[in-house]
Amino acid sequence: MSHSFLRGAFLAGAALVALAGQAAAADVTLTIESWRNDDLKVWQDTIIPAFEKSHPGIKVVFAPTAPTEYNGALNAKLEGGTAGDLISCRPFDASLALFQKGYLAPVTDLKGMDTFSDVAKSAWITDDGKTLFCVPMASVIHGFLYNKSIFESEGLTPPKTRDEFFALLDKIKAKGEVAPLDIGTKDQWEAATMGFQNIGPNYWKGEEGRKALIAGKEKFTDKPYVAAFEELAKWKPYLPDGYQAQAYPDSQNLFTLGRAAIYPAGSWDIAAFNVQADFKMGAFPPPVEKAGDKCYISDHTDIALGMNTKTKNPEAAKAFLEWVATPEFADIYSNALPGFYSLSNHPVTVKDPVAAEFLSWRKTCESSIRNSYQILSRGTPNLENELWNVSAQVLNGTMTAQQAAEHIQQGLDSWYKPAAK
Amino acid sequence: MASTQIAELPRAQIAGRRGRFPWHIVVFLAPATLIYTLFMIYPLLDSLRLSLFTRDEAGVEHFAGLANYAALFFDSQWADRFWNALGNNVLFFAVHMLVQNPIAIGLAALLSLPNLRFSNTYRTLMFTPTLLSVVIIGFIWKLILSPTWGVAKSMLSTVGLGSLFAPWLGQENSALVALSLVSVWQWVGMPLLLTYAALLNIPDSLTEAARVDGAGQMTIFWRIKLPLIWPTIGMVSILTFVGNFNAFDLVYVTQGALAGPNFATDILGTFFYRTFFGFQLQLGDPTMGAAVATIMFLIILTGVMIYFYLVQRRLQRYEL
Repeated sequence: MSHSFLRGAFLAGAALVALAGQAAAADVTLTIESWRNDDLKVWQDTIIPAFEKSHPGIKVVFAPTAPTEYNGALNAKLEGGTAGDLISCRPFDASLALFQKGYLAPVTDLKGMDTFSDVAKSAWITDDGKTLFCVPMASVIHGFLYNKSIFESEGLTPPKTRDEFFALLDKIKAKGEVAPLDIGTKDQWEAATMGFQNIGPNYWKGEEGRKALIAGKEKFTDKPYVAAFEELAKWKPYLPDGYQAQAYPDSQNLFTLGRAAIYPAGSWDIAAFNVQADFKMGAFPPPVEKAGDKCYISDHTDIALGMNTKTKNPEAAKAFLEWVATPEFADIYSNALPGFYSLSNHPVTVKDPVAAEFLSWRKTCESSIRNSYQILSRGTPNLENELWNVSAQVLNGTMTAQQAAEHIQQGLDSWYKPAAK
Repeated sequence: MASTQIAELPRAQIAGRRGRFPWHIVVFLAPATLIYTLFMIYPLLDSLRLSLFTRDEAGVEHFAGLANYAALFFDSQWADRFWNALGNNVLFFAVHMLVQNPIAIGLAALLSLPNLRFSNTYRTLMFTPTLLSVVIIGFIWKLILSPTWGVAKSMLSTVGLGSLFAPWLGQENSALVALSLVSVWQWVGMPLLLTYAALLNIPDSLTEAARVDGAGQMTIFWRIKLPLIWPTIGMVSILTFVGNFNAFDLVYVTQGALAGPNFATDILGTFFYRTFFGFQLQLGDPTMGAAVATIMFLIILTGVMIYFYLVQRRLQRYEL
């Protein structure tokens, strides 16, 4: 009796061990490297469960790093062989360099790559246009967010032209209750990204100017670029007290606490603001010079996903990348993270009203990307980092628009030789 | 008589074994030597080697001689930032020497007064910031000095000095000094404790004798105590020097790796970080980074050598 009991127990135990072993063998874990630490919750609660549901046996871990540290940390991890299986790709050269060093696998032949337009792919393709090394995920759009309840109580309307914009700022400043324009220069990048690159495309006519810079036909010392810096300099009197020491989170909090009226924004801010602000937000695109002028917006290809060549689970990683190209992902991503717009051609309805407002500008305005990203940030000094510095100085009043433009062009001239004149 | 015999016995034994290799010395030195070689000397030499190379786009290393150093010193793209960082670092060090150490010595002198009440409480309070993480210090001071939320502005206003407030961390002419003072606030506990310990070591008989001769507390400090603690102050200075030229964390936490505004707070540590690890779109350049690290090493080495050969030998030590 006891003998057979023991035998039964032993068999059951062996069966359990075998089952557990099987389950462990089938479960593959993919780690995603990203700089979007703000999105951690959305990935964990929405995106990853959706993927795991349709792909049993694959577990996904989203492991973000702080945005400013991401590139450095990622490079170190890749060199040390400890990076995750899937890697979020910055647009253009940062990722191209990773591909050239053999850290990113080509993804050209994956299923679903034809659902991305050439513009979407342009940020993650080799210079000869043949090899795609990251699957495009999303773009972000620049514009201005405003506090609707302040606007309504003061009877203000969103501006269309620059004159209206500054008249509006004057009105809010005269009232004196809230800061008219909410941006700080301590972290520097907002001045370039939400300032210069936000209002700039209207001056240099979007793609036209961006391509002319790369071709060497235009220079930063040309009128449109100096004019963009000049408008930036005019923001100074409307900024919050002590904006020189105001960091990005300070600006975000000032706006969501209702202590500032207009916030030069990237659409990625929408998701966080929806949670924090207890007032309704509105949005308007960068104002143009005269009513009826063609408008240009910065619709920046911002984020893609690539595969680490050293991944131990290439099949699972490929499955995830192919899933990124599906309509299901496009829909989940655009709606779970309002303000990030899927780059695939699948029709997606954005439900968030503010995010939808940003998206609607694609129909009326010409899209462009930030002019410092493609090719021009390959050398030393790094154009993008230089832009941060001078834009912040222009806002601080320690540099004039002309000086800023000259400084930038001088740095670029020191290493960049345009291919054809 | 008996004690000298015992002391001489081992010496006689060693003399008897003369000619045999002293293996025990090797055995005792081995652990430290091995660990030090593996984790300190080898990495140091390897980064010296790395600084003589450059990397091409494919990541292959080529020997480049002193090209990295030439660029660092003379190519304006690198040199401007480098000299700026070095200059800032010197100022950072100067503030510590002129503010932190005198305050520390003064506080230590007060704490060591024989009839001071609650001296243990004061000592603990003054040392507390040193125990806190730099991240916390940076965050607290960023909040205190913030023009948006900070208490500095309202505190100054309550005493009628509100007009003195400025966004110090955001202005080029004040950011570095403000940061240095935050660092002083944090680290003042270290020199304080060291000099305090040195002051306690001074025998009471000396001060009492001075008092009998009619010296006041001030005279006793300047004429008797201070000369006796010069060696400690020298050590504190060299520790400050090494710490300041290796500093990185406080600037990184409060101002970020770009050490704004307009590189006004850029010191060698942050300059090295940006060069080696890269920042945002600027890719890391390990070979150039190694060159910066080597220069930092040489600066610290030179400083320490100057101290040891020129300063420390002239310091007079008194047998107490």
